[in-house]
Amino acid sequence: MQLEVDIKGKSFENAAGKRHDVLDRIAFTLSAGEVGVVFGPSGCGKSTLLKILAGLDRNYLGRVVHSAGARLGMVFQEPRLLPWRSVEENVRLAAPDVADGTLSTLFDVLELSAHRSHFPGELSLGLARRVALARAFAVEPDFLILDEPLASLDNALAGRLRDQIAALVASRAMMTLLVTHDLDDAVRLGDRLLFLSARPARILHVETITTPRAARSEQDIEALKSRLSQLDLANM
Amino acid sequence: MLRLLSFALFIATWWIASLLVGDAKLPPPPVVLAAMTAEARSGALFLNLGATLARVALAFTLAMTLGSAIGYLMGRVRLADRLGDPWLILLLNLPALVVIVLAYIWAGLTEVAAIFAIAINKLPTAVVTLREGARALDPALDEMATAFAFPRGRTFRHVILPQLAPYIAAAARSGLSLVWKIVLVAELLGRPNGVGFEIGVAFQLFDIPLLLAYSLSFAAVVLVIETLLVQPFETRLSRWRLRAA
Repeated sequence: MQLEVDIKGKSFENAAGKRHDVLDRIAFTLSAGEVGVVFGPSGCGKSTLLKILAGLDRNYLGRVVHSAGARLGMVFQEPRLLPWRSVEENVRLAAPDVADGTLSTLFDVLELSAHRSHFPGELSLGLARRVALARAFAVEPDFLILDEPLASLDNALAGRLRDQIAALVASRAMMTLLVTHDLDDAVRLGDRLLFLSARPARILHVETITTPRAARSEQDIEALKSRLSQLDLANM
Repeated sequence: MLRLLSFALFIATWWIASLLVGDAKLPPPPVVLAAMTAEARSGALFLNLGATLARVALAFTLAMTLGSAIGYLMGRVRLADRLGDPWLILLLNLPALVVIVLAYIWAGLTEVAAIFAIAINKLPTAVVTLREGARALDPALDEMATAFAFPRGRTFRHVILPQLAPYIAAAARSGLSLVWKIVLVAELLGRPNGVGFEIGVAFQLFDIPLLLAYSLSFAAVVLVIETLLVQPFETRLSRWRLRAA
């Protein structure tokens, strides 16, 4: 399983007919078991990039090559659950073949077991995010996309959810692409960090972390963060 | 309970009004009830009500199915919207009487012509409502369905249909009341049975008890269908909304 990305440009036309360049040249590859992190200022086109990679937007220059038959799991910035279906139905609709045992384990890990039959309107944002995560993992994806899954959650909750994501990502050999604007999340969860510029986005710097995710100590993480934040600033 | 009280108030008002204007113009409730039982005994009441109900059911189903499909298409496909819009405006503003008369002239005084004419009258309102619904579909959920490779049928049933449900319910509600009204006109003008036909007969004979007997039986049927079918259906559709705290 491999993802090859070679985007040469992407632009939008607004209502007045004016062209806006959102993405410049972006090229990278990602292989199974690897977690890529897309890091950049807000509004730089990260979500646009994800839509292209997910195959939701085919109107761009360049090419994106997936392995044939790669299954996609996606967590959008907002949970995007079906409000008229229960939590369990939401997950099962995306993953009809999921085994009962797998689903139970997944709900246990994400602390959702008590909410199976609730409707999304009855859930807090943190819970709804976790349902979206459960849905993405339940399809047993080959390619997992996470678009700021921890945004607008309080620190304690974000930390717990990040650990849950780390555990789930480690449980399967898949390609993962995480978008975040939190350097801490990027350094803790990622193997390959792609730093994007402001619009039109291009890759400013690629940082490959060789220490396996589970083996990184707090000192490693702090050292990486301080080095990257200096380097990042120099490029902005 | 409140409903019963409101019904009693209606009967009381009727009775008092009948005392004021005289039996000839407005017969009191017992006289109408007698006319109703006489019609029911002979079986004519049920035959005519049945004929009208069958026409309503057929025309309503036809108009809702076609109207929903066309409305959905017009809401989703710009070209269809552009092509269909002038037709829609024409149909929306065409008087019911014109459609019914033309249908009878072109297709003869037949059942098909009657049902078709009634359906044509309801069709444009269903189209307009469903078009609005299709325009309001959430693109974010569409993307979700695409990302998770939902097959078409699953997307339709679990993503699109629930979003359209309130619009379908609104179209059904307004459409049903429209069909109730128009079916009688169509029967009056060109059918040999049905509530509309009987009301026409009563009108020609100035038989006001008979006229009221049919009108009220018909109203009762509408009320029963509303409370037993339409309202429970609407409650079921919005059950996920009710439970949201």
